[in-house]
Amino acid sequence: MNDLYQKTIVDHARRPRNFGQLAGANRSAQGVNPLCGDEITVHLSASDRIEAVSFEGAGCAVCLASASLMTLAVSGLSPAEAGRLVQRVRELVAGGDGANLGDLQALQGVSPFPARQKCALLAWRALEAALAGEAAAVSTEL
Amino acid sequence: MKLREQFPALAQRVHGKPLVYLDSAATSQKPRAVIEAVQRYYEQDNANVHRGVHALAERATAALEGARAKVQKFINAASPNEIVFVRGTTEAVNLVAHSFGPVRAGDEIVVTALEHHSNLVPWQRLCARTGAVLRVAPVDDRGELDLPALERLLGPRTRLLAAAHVSNAIGAINPVARICELARARGVRVLLDGAQAMPHLPVDMQALGCDFYAFSAHKLYGPMGAGVLYGRAELLEQMEPWQSGGEMVTSVSYEKATFQKPPYRFEAGTPDVGAAVGLGAAIGWLEQQDRRALAAHEQGLLQYGLALLRDVPGLRMVGAPRERIGILTFTMEGVHPHDVGTLLDQEGVAVRTGHLCAQPLLQRLGAPAVVRASLAAYSVRSDLEALASGLLRVRETFP
Repeated sequence: MNDLYQKTIVDHARRPRNFGQLAGANRSAQGVNPLCGDEITVHLSASDRIEAVSFEGAGCAVCLASASLMTLAVSGLSPAEAGRLVQRVRELVAGGDGANLGDLQALQGVSPFPARQKCALLAWRALEAALAGEAAAVSTEL
Repeated sequence: MKLREQFPALAQRVHGKPLVYLDSAATSQKPRAVIEAVQRYYEQDNANVHRGVHALAERATAALEGARAKVQKFINAASPNEIVFVRGTTEAVNLVAHSFGPVRAGDEIVVTALEHHSNLVPWQRLCARTGAVLRVAPVDDRGELDLPALERLLGPRTRLLAAAHVSNAIGAINPVARICELARARGVRVLLDGAQAMPHLPVDMQALGCDFYAFSAHKLYGPMGAGVLYGRAELLEQMEPWQSGGEMVTSVSYEKATFQKPPYRFEAGTPDVGAAVGLGAAIGWLEQQDRRALAAHEQGLLQYGLALLRDVPGLRMVGAPRERIGILTFTMEGVHPHDVGTLLDQEGVAVRTGHLCAQPLLQRLGAPAVVRASLAAYSVRSDLEALASGLLRVRETFP
């Protein structure tokens, strides 16, 4: 039917991976989209590496699938590597190159829908905030 | 020419599919008569109004005042001085919330549970500023206003009742004549938000007997940037200006100023004359139509749409008002409204999704985010068929 709602997105939205609280988490951050009410909280157990990651919350399929894909992609990365991946995902949802990004390439499907790019980035913004140790919720509208 | 063919924006393809525009409650498309009137104004008559002595200034002033007179006749106001041009419904409500008074601590403002944020938040702020108390008349599970409960809320301290004529979220038509009667019997002033009613229902200010009525041109087949606050002359004359500057004054010294009579007292600065001309043209266009036939056409489409949506698996209608305009609001089980909206967009179908600027009402009806398809005079059966088949494809994507 379309490029956005491919199997990967629908599958991750319906059965999100690493969904729920995280025992032993030492960092958490919440991302909210006040325009649609979506909210995602990312939990990390991280020091030199991201040892474990999970997320909780509610949102549209794009938002949930992106969060689920994120948990798989950043596990084992150093904070600096994760930061670089966030930047690549930002470029990807704006229509940039998705080479070597594996399943994350499915997120490129939002690029023709500017209003939906924020949905795809919400969890990634929360990840950044968690890594930076920010206490306040991050918003797509700030 | 067929009515639909008069709307150039409808004849286009979106994502490779013919456009199916079902978002007219957000803004209507514009007939060529309106687009050309605005263009003609800018090509021939553009000048600033009410001050120049040259020919174009006089033509522009005549165009603005001509539009005011058309509005007056269209809504049967007693005088053109009761027609204040504003940017839109939101600005009209804000004007009243700012200038109506006195409202003192302990006074009460009553709204209904059906309000758009623009007829709720200005009253919340008025109450916060003055110490007045905001009271909300409830709706039942259908989304219909509980009139006896509303009546009980109108007490000796009630200063103003603000109510939607038609709900933007579920299309419910409020019994506004009865509401005005109840309020009048208790000496309570009434403001009606007519944004959604004006394109679909005839309104007559003198028959209705409301004190204020607010609407926007852009939902009424006119341009964005123009709206109307109708206010009864006797009330407007007692109200303080809100914005101040040029145009709203009679004489100014360094120390003080004296103010014009209504409506000019409330029209500081250069107005959007082009948009007002477009509003006049939209009214002219509507008056050429058989409005009774259009209303019947829209009601027929509404019933057709409701029947089609009954066959979509997992679809739940939100609100079931018995008196309603062509607004179909629903959720799809297991699919977020924004995903429904994007999937439909890819089929060329334009709908509105989210909280529809009516968060409290949708919370009350148990659906914090929804999909809304809304109809206008140019809507056709195939629009609703495209919606229904698009929704079946949504179901295939999210089985």
